[in-house]
Amino acid sequence: MIQRVPWALLVFVAAFFVPAASLRYYTFLANDVVIWALFATSLNLLVGYTGLVSFGHAAYFGIGAYTTGILMKKLGVSFLLAFPAAGVSGALFALVFGFFCVRLTRIYFAMLTLAFAQIVWAICFKWNEVTGGEQGMPEIPYPDFGWLERVAAWLPFVGGYRTSDYFYFLTLVLVAACLWLLRRVVGSPFGRMLTTIRENPERAEFIGVNVRRYELAAFVVAGAFAGLAGGLFGIFNRGVFPDFAYWTKSSEVLIMTLLGGMGTFIGPALGALVLIWLNQQIVSYTQYWPLVLGTILIVLLFVFPGGIAGAMESAARRLRRGRQVA
Amino acid sequence: MPDLSFVFAQALSGLTAAMFLFLIASGLSLIFGVLRVLNFAHGSFYMLGAYGAYQFVHWLGTGPGRFWWAVLLSALCVAVLGGLVERFLFQRLYGKEELYQLLFTYALVLILSDAAKILWGTQQKSVSRPPGLTGALSLFGATIPYYNLFIILLGPAIALGFWFALQRTRAGRFIRAAALDRETLGALGVNVNALYTGVFVLASFLGGLGGALITPMRSVVPGMDTEVIVEAFVVVVIGGLGSFWGTFLGALIYGQVLSFGILFFPRFSIFSMFALMAAVLIIRPWGLLGKPLK
Amino acid sequence: MLDVRDLRKSFDGFQALSGVSFTVPRGSISAIIGPNGAGKTTLFNLITGHLRPDAGSVSFKGREITGIAPHDLCRLGMGRSFQRTNIFPRLSVFQNIQAAFLCHRGRGWNLLASVDRLYRDETEALLVSVGLLDKAGEVAGFLSHGNQKQLELGITLALEPEILLLDEPTAGMSAQETRESIRLIERIARERGLTLLFTEHDMEVVFAIAHHITVLHQGEVIADGAPEEVRRHPEVRRVYLGERQ
Repeated sequence: MIQRVPWALLVFVAAFFVPAASLRYYTFLANDVVIWALFATSLNLLVGYTGLVSFGHAAYFGIGAYTTGILMKKLGVSFLLAFPAAGVSGALFALVFGFFCVRLTRIYFAMLTLAFAQIVWAICFKWNEVTGGEQGMPEIPYPDFGWLERVAAWLPFVGGYRTSDYFYFLTLVLVAACLWLLRRVVGSPFGRMLTTIRENPERAEFIGVNVRRYELAAFVVAGAFAGLAGGLFGIFNRGVFPDFAYWTKSSEVLIMTLLGGMGTFIGPALGALVLIWLNQQIVSYTQYWPLVLGTILIVLLFVFPGGIAGAMESAARRLRRGRQVA
Repeated sequence: MPDLSFVFAQALSGLTAAMFLFLIASGLSLIFGVLRVLNFAHGSFYMLGAYGAYQFVHWLGTGPGRFWWAVLLSALCVAVLGGLVERFLFQRLYGKEELYQLLFTYALVLILSDAAKILWGTQQKSVSRPPGLTGALSLFGATIPYYNLFIILLGPAIALGFWFALQRTRAGRFIRAAALDRETLGALGVNVNALYTGVFVLASFLGGLGGALITPMRSVVPGMDTEVIVEAFVVVVIGGLGSFWGTFLGALIYGQVLSFGILFFPRFSIFSMFALMAAVLIIRPWGLLGKPLK
Repeated sequence: MLDVRDLRKSFDGFQALSGVSFTVPRGSISAIIGPNGAGKTTLFNLITGHLRPDAGSVSFKGREITGIAPHDLCRLGMGRSFQRTNIFPRLSVFQNIQAAFLCHRGRGWNLLASVDRLYRDETEALLVSVGLLDKAGEVAGFLSHGNQKQLELGITLALEPEILLLDEPTAGMSAQETRESIRLIERIARERGLTLLFTEHDMEVVFAIAHHITVLHQGEVIADGAPEEVRRHPEVRRVYLGERQ
């Protein structure tokens, strides 16, 4: 019964009411969560579904952010082009970097992803002319919402929103579309091939899976969606900065993925929600958020390696078994 | 053409940096070679060694040799901390996925970095050079602080001492065996868990020592942990994960490239370090002196 | 059908195989036997592309296949099972076999279709044929050893091979399990007209079903022929039974 309810649709629709129902700050948080949910889900394609642990996924996030930022701020390109461009550039860089990374295994793979991410960071940090260097690129313009405001003038309910609210709606729609796409990919034959690689690469080779090629493909898809997330984040954050690509950003998103649960599709998004909400709560009490995060991480690793979604799943299973016996 | 004394000074500065990195990276390499784990928290041990040295210098007041005592005590404390962490926490993760072990070390980074902030605040701390090593030497027209010279000589001394210990002592042989084949070693009756703890303690000691010794040269600040760990990664990759002399070589190379790189290509120096790391991983993943992982 | 010529392979100075040659006729059941360390698994790895030989060649159906990557090889009609059971542990039994169909029938690069119903009939038919239909929904990693071996066989069969290379198919099985397993394999080979090449330790099994036996010792072929010949071969007797010349 609980499966039949279209949870995803409900959450999606409910999300639209956040600006009307609450403070500006909550819209801000929700927007943050939605973008990071996409970022984390893209990483999970690599970590959870293919078994590739990347420590440099923030590289594509940063690349996407800078692409959109440069296009919109410096070249005046419209969002309609700048947004997909973020995905394309993320995919391109993932193709180049990934080509070298998938030839390595495990720890070497992780280190090379880290090295590439640091290279991206270093370039963004120093290339003052193009990326603004250490200062980054503040004041990325919002997309033009004139058309939306004109539509709003006609409809009675849709109106009186701020630009940031419009951007939130836009983010919701775009991220929902991306997540829908990713869900399709994960549930497709391609996605199943990825899980065979995760489970047993040797066996996968011997059912005809060209492991390296599939891993590269997964890398590119993940990079594309991370780029899209980055493109959105640059605008949301009102500025693009080099630390978007720094390795600590990569570990943040990795922790989110672990927290929510790498074994499920919705896990990372859940992790994004919980982590951002928790961060917001803790930061109002104390400045020692890293300490709290580190402790949570340790508890996760030792007690709940399946993350929140994993814990929920096993609880549900136990409940079902209990009901059957009774 | 830059003049010789200048080149000489730069080279020595590179050497000094290299020796510190060697101290830290050797611990990282050791942990990787035996435990097959990349310990992100190693930079944190370095940082704690530095803070510890500051604290002990403070507590020991004035007295002969207080700097050296402080360094030693600090490194020992860090070593004990490392041992406790390994024995009571890290050991539980053996056999689990590598990702968990990596993330555990990262969790340590988070916790320890805030712990340092809680204990010592965010202001820079500094430690003065030990009496006897203040002042500088003039060599080939360049001014070399005695302390730097000391470090430059200490590095190889420790390297040789370690190498000797690894080659000649029983414990050293066990360590090398564990790096090659831990299962067989366990089957032979060696207490592999105790060995792992020992390795971790040793590595933490080295990291803490590096941190403690650098205090007269650099101020102790939060953030020194994440800064140094990435440098240590580069060194270890270049030299070869798990290779002792590889780490030494990697540190030397890194030190010189950084030193001259900043000079000639200031904008590219950071980039070039990571590009070098990537290049090594692409062309020869096991580094200059490492062996291919089986 | 399978032609191995003068294969050589050494690892770090240790000569694992020094000039191994033999032929596997189409439709036959052939076995490779030899004491531990004789090089049987290395030989298999060379044939199936997991390792590259230092010298020598392998041809399959008249076509040179030396050093072709495993993922290309299984499209040519070669199926292989591994010594240590090689399945996809966290997927269900059904999904294990379905995955093989998906890849083999060329759907692997489809990024948008839903995978649930694809090749359902074929997968179920195969499950029936290896006797695992009742366990279709179970997680593969939790199956018994014998069932896992059956599953592995199923995965290999989904690739519609013409030749089956089985590396120690009855390793770790009880006498009963061994008998059942061999009966299953033989039946399947007969039904589908497969050529079979396997390595084994269990002499009973080998002499019961093999048409052709190749004996390997320390990386060299010391005997090659029908079971009766091999049984009487003096070198073989020496190696296995320690008999003097």
